[in-house]
Amino acid sequence: MHRYIPTSSALVEEMLKDIGISSIDELFVDIPQELRFKGDLNIPGALSELELLRKTADFASKNKSTDDLTCFLGAGVYDHFVPLVIDHVISRSEFYTSYTPYQAEVAQGTLQAIFEYQSLVAELTGMEVSNASMYDGSNAAIEAAFLSLASKRKSDNILVSEGLHPEVKGVIKTYCHFRDIEVHFVPLKENGRTDYEKAAELVNDQSASIMVQNPNFYGVIEDIPAMVDFAKENKLMSIDYVDPISLGLLEAPGNQGVDIVVADGQSLGNGLNYGGPYLGIMALKKKDVRKMPGRLVGLTKDAEGDRAFVLTLQAREQHIRRFKATSNICSNQSLNMLVASIYLVALGKKGLREVALQSASKAAYLKKELIATGHFEEVYSSPLFKEFSLKYKGDVKELLKGLEEEGFLGGFNLASCGREGELLIAVTEKRTKAEMDAYVDAVRRLS
Amino acid sequence: MTYNRLIFENSVPGKYAYSLPELDVPEVNLADEDVPLREDLDLPEVSEGDLIRHYLNMSLNNYSIDKGFYPLGSCTMKYNPKINENIARIPGLAKLHPYQPNSTVQGSLALLYELQEYLAEVSGMDAMSLQPAAGAHGELAGLMIIKRYHELRGDDHRNVIILPDSAHGTNPATAAMAGFKVVEVASDEEGSVDVEELKAAIDENLAGLMLTNPNTLGLFESHIEEVAQIIHDAGGLLYYDGANMNAIMGKARPGDMGFDVMHFNVHKTFSTPHGGGGPGGGPIGVKEFLKPYLPVPVLEKTDEKYILNYDYPDSIGKMKAFFGNYGIMLRAFSYISTMGSEGLRNASEMAVLNANYMMHRLKKTYNLPIEKVCKHEFVLSGIKDSPKTTTLDIAKRLLDYGFHAPTVYFPLIIPEAMMIEPTETESKATLDKFMEALEAIAKEAVESPELLAEAPHTTPVRRVDEVHAAKALILTYKDMLNEEN
Repeated sequence: MHRYIPTSSALVEEMLKDIGISSIDELFVDIPQELRFKGDLNIPGALSELELLRKTADFASKNKSTDDLTCFLGAGVYDHFVPLVIDHVISRSEFYTSYTPYQAEVAQGTLQAIFEYQSLVAELTGMEVSNASMYDGSNAAIEAAFLSLASKRKSDNILVSEGLHPEVKGVIKTYCHFRDIEVHFVPLKENGRTDYEKAAELVNDQSASIMVQNPNFYGVIEDIPAMVDFAKENKLMSIDYVDPISLGLLEAPGNQGVDIVVADGQSLGNGLNYGGPYLGIMALKKKDVRKMPGRLVGLTKDAEGDRAFVLTLQAREQHIRRFKATSNICSNQSLNMLVASIYLVALGKKGLREVALQSASKAAYLKKELIATGHFEEVYSSPLFKEFSLKYKGDVKELLKGLEEEGFLGGFNLASCGREGELLIAVTEKRTKAEMDAYVDAVRRLS
Repeated sequence: MTYNRLIFENSVPGKYAYSLPELDVPEVNLADEDVPLREDLDLPEVSEGDLIRHYLNMSLNNYSIDKGFYPLGSCTMKYNPKINENIARIPGLAKLHPYQPNSTVQGSLALLYELQEYLAEVSGMDAMSLQPAAGAHGELAGLMIIKRYHELRGDDHRNVIILPDSAHGTNPATAAMAGFKVVEVASDEEGSVDVEELKAAIDENLAGLMLTNPNTLGLFESHIEEVAQIIHDAGGLLYYDGANMNAIMGKARPGDMGFDVMHFNVHKTFSTPHGGGGPGGGPIGVKEFLKPYLPVPVLEKTDEKYILNYDYPDSIGKMKAFFGNYGIMLRAFSYISTMGSEGLRNASEMAVLNANYMMHRLKKTYNLPIEKVCKHEFVLSGIKDSPKTTTLDIAKRLLDYGFHAPTVYFPLIIPEAMMIEPTETESKATLDKFMEALEAIAKEAVESPELLAEAPHTTPVRRVDEVHAAKALILTYKDMLNEEN
């Protein structure tokens, strides 16, 4: 019997006897003969620990990680420093091997963690309510769009800025296609910001919302008050897709009148992990909470009047409302949510501001140095946060290949977004002046 | 006294728990560029030691699989092997940016490809996508594929998904989310599809049927081939909800039963940790004829090179940014590798043996609605000698005995349902202790019912007032302060 299975052959006999049968096969008689799988599954193993460690080390040796390549890649996923306390906390069995907190009396740890996360996100975004997290930023974005559609009778379309992350746009297109929802993409102006004059040409009475990313995919800080004004004039919900790190410096969307804030929470202490798992953040105003998808935790009392936490407003959810639920989502990214909470707590008031400020300062430095090489031109002169696009005078693909050979993940080739010759470069607080100078030197050599 | 202080209540102005090198380039001031900056950010301020104590004390208020038995039906709370966590933290596998060139991630792509092959083998499906983030997300991707299939055949009118009323709540919610009309058909007394009801529900608008097998009562749908025939003859497709795969690994395969699309829950079947509610993973599998509709990119192997192929013009598109919950897939790969073919079959056999062993004994004290060999789980319906005792009270009293409660009030078709799934990783000794507890509770229900009504007594908090929570709607620390003032 396998090492993860505690039952011995002798015990199996005892249990079979107890049931009154003589073989395991008798427990599978209800599977029709012709459907029974004969033979062995073509799966090797069972590997011992040592064999599996060797095998995975071999896989790892065929990768180049961000330990090997200095990371200037961003495009929605950022190489921020992850404080070491995080892994210590989330490695506690009590957190990572627990189930969804349906039995509140034995899940106060997880429930309190969610309540604190909701409070932290509300503070960070300036909104009143946050859910317990969703799959990722793209998922939070489409769920926010659906929320806006459900809030407006007879609505059948949404407006989405071209400055939104291409993967998020992709997910929005997929979901909307199957619901016959039209998606109008609002172009950017010459300065890289969303063009509300063009938006005015696209909007109609059946439009439910406008969604803008800030800073947008190309690195430009957007004019959020302008989005809010546009939304109000046209009776739309305004949806702001933010980089949570930027909120260490930038005005809280809640103070700017935004209706829904969504984000990918990766940058809040979650490792790169080749794209996931991360978490989707969604925050809104209390008046809309009953339309909100996903889990929510509320503060309450136990039978003795003591403080207790519990899942609440569950009547919105699939296990109660079935096909009338606000969404089909049945989980949250609980452990990633815990990571984000610990990150915000570890950094605190001062730390998040410092991470944001250092990232912004370093991005500004690198942009200036790269332009000084004479091989790049600025794409947008608008204010930026930690990421920027540049036009390269040579071949971007060649440059990135060369940089990789010199030990850099040089950036994101914007050719995939129809912007031939442009490069998107991200800088976090982790990058040192020495690394940036080496990157600039490498660019000089390769150009 | 149970620890329940909020991190905000531990905050001391000026404290912090991080360290960063000094900024080594000139500091920018975004205010100079007319960017609106925030004045205040009221995050908690604590030292590192205070942070660790806070979370450790909170964690102690949680039950977990490493602490004890979690007999949650439909949830497959099996032991989470430790090596999975080590594998997921190997720097060369974990510290990868999703937009790195394919040439720098060939090791990871090879691993994921191997995982896809394992999943296809276990399920009898032909092609896989690891992109969906969870079971419900996999369901959605699968139903979109069904819709796409009909759409591209010019069958736009096929907009009805049929499912039995014993289905998981995500099934109807997902069908609605994918833009389908949902028709629920009554199941027979065994929770199986009632063939006559099914035939009556079918018309030219049929898009497909969603089914769990074994069903949510833990019983195998023996006439699945007939059901598949009926659906296919009517032009529909069959969706398999993989929630109960732990019962049939190496014993039967959805692909052989006639299913066209399915999802796995790797956090159930393949031991990836539940993490207090996520992250999970919901890979989907399809038959060859549906491969063109898989979400992009599709991971493929060409001449010893692994590629992420976006050239699928009929694809449903993107379901999620990037490629899925990769970190969870590493753990699933680790689990399947350590189990092997025989280990997986053992797991299902022991899961089913454990369930039958328990059912056989517990039916003496508790009502068993259907007396029939079960698969990996079974459903009870109240105490024989105390018919008025609610399942909620039984569940809460179990907590006092040091066990987690089973899934309660599901499936909806069984009154006072209590759904028990032991999994293969529990020992006979644990099962015996748990059953002794349930028997003791049945006795208490008759002799001292207040023990149940007031349960739990020994948990970090006593019974929690859900009604008050929904009424007061205190969802943040700020709400709490407002309420106090």
